[in-house]
Amino acid sequence: MNRLLILLVGFLLTFPLGAAEKITVKGSDTMVILAQRWAERYMAAHPDVTIQVTGGGSGTGISALINGTTDICNASRPMKNSERDKLKQRFGTRGVEIKCAQDGLAIYLNEANPLNELTLQQIKDIYTGKITNWKDVGGPDERIILYSRENNSGTYVYFKDNVLLGEDFAAAAQNMPGTASVVNAVAKDKWGVGYGGAAYGKGIKFAKVKKDVDSPVYAPTKENVAAGNYPLSRYLYLYVRNRPSGALKEYIDWILGDEGQKVVSEVEYFPIR
Amino acid sequence: MQTTANESGTANALTYRPEDPAARARSINGPKISKADLRKRFRLSDFLAEKLITTIAFVSLAVIVMIFVFIFREAAPLFFEKEAVAVTGVATEDETYGDEFLSENARLRDEERLGSISAETAGGEGEASLANLLSESWQPVSLEPKYGLLPLAVGSFKVTLLAILIAAPIAILAALFTSSFAPKWSKEILKPVIEILAGFPSVVIGFFALVSLASMMQDMLGYEYRLNAFVGGLAMSLAVIPIIFTVAEDALVAVPRYMTEASLALGATKWQTALFVTLPAATPGVFAAVLLGFGRAFGETMIVLMATGNAALISWSFVEPVRTMSATIGAEMAEVVFGDTHYHVLFLLGSILFIFTFTLNGIAEVFVRQKLLRRFRGS
Amino acid sequence: MNLRRIVLGSTVVGASGLAVFSIVAVVIVVMSTIVMNGIGALSWEFFTAAPKEGMTEGGIFPAIVGTALLVIIMSIAGIPVGTITAIYLSEYASQKSPFARGIRFAVNTLAGVPAIVFGLFGLGFFIQVVGSGMDQVLSGGAELKWGQPNILWASLTMAILTLPVVIVSVEEAIKTVPQDLRAASLALGATKWQTIWRVVLPNSVTGILTGGILAVSRGAGEVAPILFTGAAYFLPQLPTELSDQFMELGYHIYIMSTQSTNVEATRGIQYATTLVLLMLTFILNFSAIFLRSRMRARRIRL
Repeated sequence: MNRLLILLVGFLLTFPLGAAEKITVKGSDTMVILAQRWAERYMAAHPDVTIQVTGGGSGTGISALINGTTDICNASRPMKNSERDKLKQRFGTRGVEIKCAQDGLAIYLNEANPLNELTLQQIKDIYTGKITNWKDVGGPDERIILYSRENNSGTYVYFKDNVLLGEDFAAAAQNMPGTASVVNAVAKDKWGVGYGGAAYGKGIKFAKVKKDVDSPVYAPTKENVAAGNYPLSRYLYLYVRNRPSGALKEYIDWILGDEGQKVVSEVEYFPIR
Repeated sequence: MQTTANESGTANALTYRPEDPAARARSINGPKISKADLRKRFRLSDFLAEKLITTIAFVSLAVIVMIFVFIFREAAPLFFEKEAVAVTGVATEDETYGDEFLSENARLRDEERLGSISAETAGGEGEASLANLLSESWQPVSLEPKYGLLPLAVGSFKVTLLAILIAAPIAILAALFTSSFAPKWSKEILKPVIEILAGFPSVVIGFFALVSLASMMQDMLGYEYRLNAFVGGLAMSLAVIPIIFTVAEDALVAVPRYMTEASLALGATKWQTALFVTLPAATPGVFAAVLLGFGRAFGETMIVLMATGNAALISWSFVEPVRTMSATIGAEMAEVVFGDTHYHVLFLLGSILFIFTFTLNGIAEVFVRQKLLRRFRGS
Repeated sequence: MNLRRIVLGSTVVGASGLAVFSIVAVVIVVMSTIVMNGIGALSWEFFTAAPKEGMTEGGIFPAIVGTALLVIIMSIAGIPVGTITAIYLSEYASQKSPFARGIRFAVNTLAGVPAIVFGLFGLGFFIQVVGSGMDQVLSGGAELKWGQPNILWASLTMAILTLPVVIVSVEEAIKTVPQDLRAASLALGATKWQTIWRVVLPNSVTGILTGGILAVSRGAGEVAPILFTGAAYFLPQLPTELSDQFMELGYHIYIMSTQSTNVEATRGIQYATTLVLLMLTFILNFSAIFLRSRMRARRIRL
């Protein structure tokens, strides 16, 4: 019994594994499968590096970067001036932005919903609460059930900036904790609508989006996003505090290189070139 | 040998007493013990043990005080003036890395984006003035952050009220059943079941609500929002029933037997006794049980986080989603920058939760101890 | 009159019987749903492998290890403090003293504090004050090692949360030790401390065990306090230092059912993880109940 105790205490106070490099990655929930895949593949090829991945939302990642609790921050939106200011206050640097993949922000509709396309203005009105019934956008006479993301999500912020143009979400929008839960909710709710990364769509369909009533309509496919035609395409970012060096630089270069970008396609996002 | 009856009470014909007067006195009165001998002997180990134990025992008291201090400390900056931090850089001078990897197309689009109009939503430092805190909108991540606590408070109350409305009657009736009319074997079944229910981690109840209950309820009752206050309250009642049951049952069983027996002797049936004698007599305890259940439901986080839809709405309807104070803390705490206004507002929410449950528990305890004791001691 | 009485009577008895029945029914429904949906995904691999392929395959080994480490450290911190407090309350403090009443008041209050508030305390005190302080002392503030969420702070937070449970159980056990035993020990010349250490405590081991088991059961199940004090979504390696983060069963369930990559595909894993957690708390609670009834039987006997 005593021996067991000593063993246990010894285990708990273990000396750090000095040899291995540890990289902490936190942030975007949109990017978390991607980040995990990258980490898994990279670690398989480079066993001396440990990469720890946590989700929680772009906001979580950026805060962690500012608080100093992460090395790399995944973000599905660019960092704001005020956040960069805060980072500068703490660490004397405004951070380094790295574009690592592209994403088409899809509008989710339930498969049973007869509607198939929406204009940007209609999406804005739906999510700010001006339009509350599907019949006002060409669908059946049913109340629209809004699903949104929690405010720590980069997707949330991107949507607010670029679709709502700064206006607030309707109070009735239900805040789901992750992209997958939005998908899940819309898949279970005939009259629901949601938004999120185009990589997560199982059990729902993507609405085709057009800039305004007269423009051509585009679905969030690889071609449309790569060509820049899909109105809601965006970059996915990595942020680090200082210009990457050492093990961090190797990892980031790998991500931006062919192997990393191959993983991006596998996970059904769109590579940066 | 001499014996006399009036020397020492225990003397008899067989007691030996020595001749010598000093020795004789000693044998009658016992050895001479001075006051010094009677003082507690000082042993280092005992002394240390007692001091150490007493100090450590104060840990729990210290912890409660510290919880008070540190939670209020992090909420306090809201109430004092903060100088605005005006450090602004310009976006175009920010460093990027890896641009050489981008495609031509992508780089062009990026330049176009930097010039376009889009709002700067996140990172705004809002002012958590009293007006803001009492407003009806909770949008902490916004151009103008709104920290209205009202929708959150309404949300917490709605779910808690629902949970109590469902759980209290069931738990109290069940307690009445087991204390007053249950056959022996039913107690053996119900007690373990309640223990099992009490042992369910709240994340498991939340999971069950999210995955099973929500769809079941929507199919049965056909309302619009799948995740709403009703589902949350229903799931929460599962967590609250064991508390109300246990405390209420204690109160019912504690009703003195002479009361119930007197009632039965006067010809009342079991249920008449239970309803008109036992239950009224146990009212303080039952009331305390409900209060404790209320406190527990108010502070519960995981169940509401998973099952209520988390929409900061103020409405009278129970089948619309809600956002409780506890779920707000749970969902948003991980994302805030330490020291931000948002951070302080979340700690303010925590302080409110703490004070509220503290008060409820205090009232419940006073009720149970004072009223119960007074009632039964008096009669 | 008679009819009214009969109707009222049967309503009361019927309603309360129905209440009992519905409680039992609900528990059966919940448990059977979880068991039926989860048992399919259980396998040896499930218990021993790490999650793979974006959490859609593999097992929950790191979560099991993380939970185990959490409760071990929590017990090391909490059980001694709880036991000592219980000893103080039952042996050293006079029942009327303000100190005893203050401590009892503190224990009752602690028992009623919501779990999320403990998490805030862990963040506001352990991480911000103690952790940052440690960083200042150890590395002059250069390296941020202890001022972040990790398993040490999460365990200490849990230890505080479960303190009341331990204190109450141990006190109950100490009370079952008959006064005669103490008196005999003192009469034979033992000091107070010797009596406690050699007579009272050994006879209260059941209570200490019960308290420990109940604390562990609560600690393994509560998720709110560790949401921002240490739990992580996906860690490729097991925690090796106290300053590491950890995966945990309850947190895993929460994340998988709300934020996982493919909620439908991982449904089986979610149910299975829930089943594992449930079985764990089940076994723990029942052992505690069993121990407690043995303790009470002994009290009656003596």
